[in-house]
Amino acid sequence: MDYLALWVTLKLAVITTVILIILAAPLAYVLAYSRFPGKSFLEALIYLPMALPPTVIGFYLIMVMGPRGWIGSSWLALTGNSLLFTFVGIAIASIIYSIPFAVQPMKAAFQKIDRRLLENASVLGLSQSAAFIRVVIPNSIAGLVAAAVLVFLHSIGAFGILLMVGGSIPGVTKVASIAIYEAVETMNYRAAGLIALSFIPISYAFLLLMNKLNGDSENNASNHT
Amino acid sequence: MLQTTLKKKLKFFDLDISFSCPEDKMLVLIGPSGGGKTTIIRMLAGLETPDEGKIVFHNQVWFDSTRHINLPTRKRGIGYVFQDYTLFPHLNLYKNAAFAAVDKKEVHFLFELFNIGHLRDRKPHMVSGGERQRCAICQALARRPQLLLLDEPLSALDVVTRRELRQELKNLKKKLSIPIIYVTHDINEAFFLADEILPVVDGKEDKDWMQRTYRRGPSSEKIHKATREPRLALVG
Repeated sequence: MDYLALWVTLKLAVITTVILIILAAPLAYVLAYSRFPGKSFLEALIYLPMALPPTVIGFYLIMVMGPRGWIGSSWLALTGNSLLFTFVGIAIASIIYSIPFAVQPMKAAFQKIDRRLLENASVLGLSQSAAFIRVVIPNSIAGLVAAAVLVFLHSIGAFGILLMVGGSIPGVTKVASIAIYEAVETMNYRAAGLIALSFIPISYAFLLLMNKLNGDSENNASNHT
Repeated sequence: MLQTTLKKKLKFFDLDISFSCPEDKMLVLIGPSGGGKTTIIRMLAGLETPDEGKIVFHNQVWFDSTRHINLPTRKRGIGYVFQDYTLFPHLNLYKNAAFAAVDKKEVHFLFELFNIGHLRDRKPHMVSGGERQRCAICQALARRPQLLLLDEPLSALDVVTRRELRQELKNLKKKLSIPIIYVTHDINEAFFLADEILPVVDGKEDKDWMQRTYRRGPSSEKIHKATREPRLALVG
């Protein structure tokens, strides 16, 4: 079995999840509570990766992350290396690909919080950012974990976008989904089957976790009413 | 001393009122529900913005429409007890009360004063409405507010708890040396607690409202609306 590909997949999914939760939380907070001109346009832009074919996102990422793209050229100037066909490159691609799956459940979780709690926080002297940390986050834990699970599962399943941005370099950019594809291409069904099988318990366990969290949050909601 | 003039266009009427409240005094805003009392108290807290007017507290301007001053809620140093319990559900009662406490030791004292010391480790959903509201009062007082706002704090409680807490509030008032604004539609509560009473009907001061309500002689739509509300309270 291609353990290296599984390791790269796991590493990519964990990094994507951690970074996205940190980045998406304030973004979802702004979308949940603020009103500003162009908000719906920004929101649609954030959700765009969900509506586009992965190869289309991959194509545009190659354009901006390539040596002539603005991100790629800046990276080249900064590090002397290309961003394409690197782990950092596929991590960026994975983050962009999964943004909607982090923002949407977080926004929904934040919107569920009683606005009067935020008013009380402000009466008690808290700034918006302090209220976010001390009131919003602790009361949205189930939503945050659900977002993390969704992002993790979405990341381990990424294929087309990663192949376009990162290619298939063993130990660097060759993730499990690419390993399965290549094994099938070379008619090595046993190798493909083993990697494919390893996905099932992981995905199943995470879905069970998400169901449990949803159940817990529903119970909590009914306790508070 | 709190001095205020507030104007705001609301859906069914225009709110237009001026009043002041000295130190050590409790001013009770009384009137029928939907008459603008809560809007007034929310404007004092900075949770709503008046269209026009001025709010001055101890020579500090909190709001002035002509000078475009609007001090944010968090900087007004107020205590606010909401009509329905707004304790933080993820924290136990002690942590709720200590949330913005200046001195955490005071929380123990307040819990003893309001007889909820034995419930300090319980979450808000595990205690009764009266106990939650007592904790909300502790939470508001623990931050040592310079102005205390109470928005119908007893309205969601049963009659017995309401009477107990009413007495506790009266005792508390003697210990505090800050202005207190208290909103209610319960005339008995107002008489029991108030140093001064300001009747508010449809966003304006209406000095005759209580007399008309007590007489229960509805001769206008306004009075009819007023008498509909506090029936339960009148027998308290």
